[in-house]
Amino acid sequence: MKQYSSFDILGPIMIGPSSSHTAGAARIGSIARRIYGGRIDSARFYLHGSFAETYRGHGTDRALLAGILGMDPSDDRLRDSMEMAKEAGITFEFIPAELRDAHPNTVMIELDGENGRMCITGSSIGGGSIVITAIDDFNLEFTGDYPTLITSHIDRPGVIAKVTEIIRAYDINIAFMKVFRQQKGREAAMIIEMDSVLPGQAIEEIKTINEISRVMMIEPV
Amino acid sequence: MYEFRTGNELLNLCNIYGASIGEITILHEMEMSEKSREEVILKMKENLDVMKEAAKDGLTKDIRSVSGLTGGDARRLYEYVKDRPGLSGPGMAMSVARAMAVSEVNASMGKIVAAPTAGSCGIIPGALLSSAEMLGSTDDDIIRALFTASGVGMTIAYNATLSGAEGGCQAECGSAAAMAAAAVTELAGGNPEMSLNAAAFALKAVMGLVCDPVAGLVEVPCIKRNAFGASNALVAADMAMAGIKSKIPFDEVVEAMYRVGRVMPCELRETARGGLADTPTGRKIKERLFQRERNG
Repeated sequence: MKQYSSFDILGPIMIGPSSSHTAGAARIGSIARRIYGGRIDSARFYLHGSFAETYRGHGTDRALLAGILGMDPSDDRLRDSMEMAKEAGITFEFIPAELRDAHPNTVMIELDGENGRMCITGSSIGGGSIVITAIDDFNLEFTGDYPTLITSHIDRPGVIAKVTEIIRAYDINIAFMKVFRQQKGREAAMIIEMDSVLPGQAIEEIKTINEISRVMMIEPV
Repeated sequence: MYEFRTGNELLNLCNIYGASIGEITILHEMEMSEKSREEVILKMKENLDVMKEAAKDGLTKDIRSVSGLTGGDARRLYEYVKDRPGLSGPGMAMSVARAMAVSEVNASMGKIVAAPTAGSCGIIPGALLSSAEMLGSTDDDIIRALFTASGVGMTIAYNATLSGAEGGCQAECGSAAAMAAAAVTELAGGNPEMSLNAAAFALKAVMGLVCDPVAGLVEVPCIKRNAFGASNALVAADMAMAGIKSKIPFDEVVEAMYRVGRVMPCELRETARGGLADTPTGRKIKERLFQRERNG
């Protein structure tokens, strides 16, 4: 059973009005920004379910965009995110949509910028907790509560051991770990949630592994 | 060492160490987070600062919710009781005004502390800040009382739920009122047993209360439910301070609340498909806002 802290009960400090529709939305935006990892020029938000029905009244739109601009859920400027995005020359659009088999509070964020186009899907599952469920066409699952390492690699024996060996060498504890693949021997992904952030040097070492094509280290929001 | 899951276990720890609920909760926090007393106190002070700011803003600034549906009522009540005692007394009226103030700030995309949720964020600051004013308490006293509130809230989280989607408004505003009642009782010099009696009274008062937000927004009736949550907490604290005991012990009240929540139909658990949300006016408001979302 989960052990509660006083600050799970009184907290978080957040911009209202809703932990799921506002704070959770800001966190999804913020993680999408980190996943993209480069200059963003435009963002399209496809809103599903309750997000589509109440996004204006809950400020879900402003919160998502604030996340894309790098604000956290307690940032006072969250409500001014649209004006700030316009000033920064970032275009944005909110589109109610039907996403298949999605949680009622789900958004698919399509980002364009210096790294080309990228699509990130996430759900706000209550109390400000979120889960990222897809990056581009790849289905995966992580919460953003922990420093998270995401790799794209070829599904071959030994890749996982090579990565975890490097993490071990830096004396970092793995809290949760999941492996996903589209098809045997083809493109695969690893999600490793850790108790502390992996140093940049370790990430460079992981990048040198032959089968690995991409490495992302996402700090918790 | 300072581990507790129920009100009874919390009470036992208070008796063993001769300490208040607030103090035991501080020790529990230090133990589990491996942080110093200063660090956990400082973190709670951040919560207090945000609560104070929101309460002040809601009483003095021109607050309007994002939907345009609510705002300005806290200030209206504040102006009304400024120069006259009001029928429920100045302390009570200010508790209610502050609870609405924080709740209105929440609806206007202002900064608040989820206490325990955003939907119920006005109750604890409303009851606690106004009681502190009446009792002449220091910030240190209020911070300790906030730990009292979270200690009691934890027992509800472990044995029932704090979420309106799971347990209805009784689980959100009811829990907040119970937490506030316990905190105010401790602030007023009541012992741990009195605090839990106060919490039991507050929760019993709203047992079965449904969560029925109009148009799905945290505004109608949430802001006024926050107002009544704060008044509920103060009445419960006064009853406990007078030595009145809850015939049904706090832990059993919490369990009953959970079971009531379990049998509540989903229409009445935050889905905005029952209760006030499903009245002619509630539906009309929803329709109007929905049209606006569509048309941009």
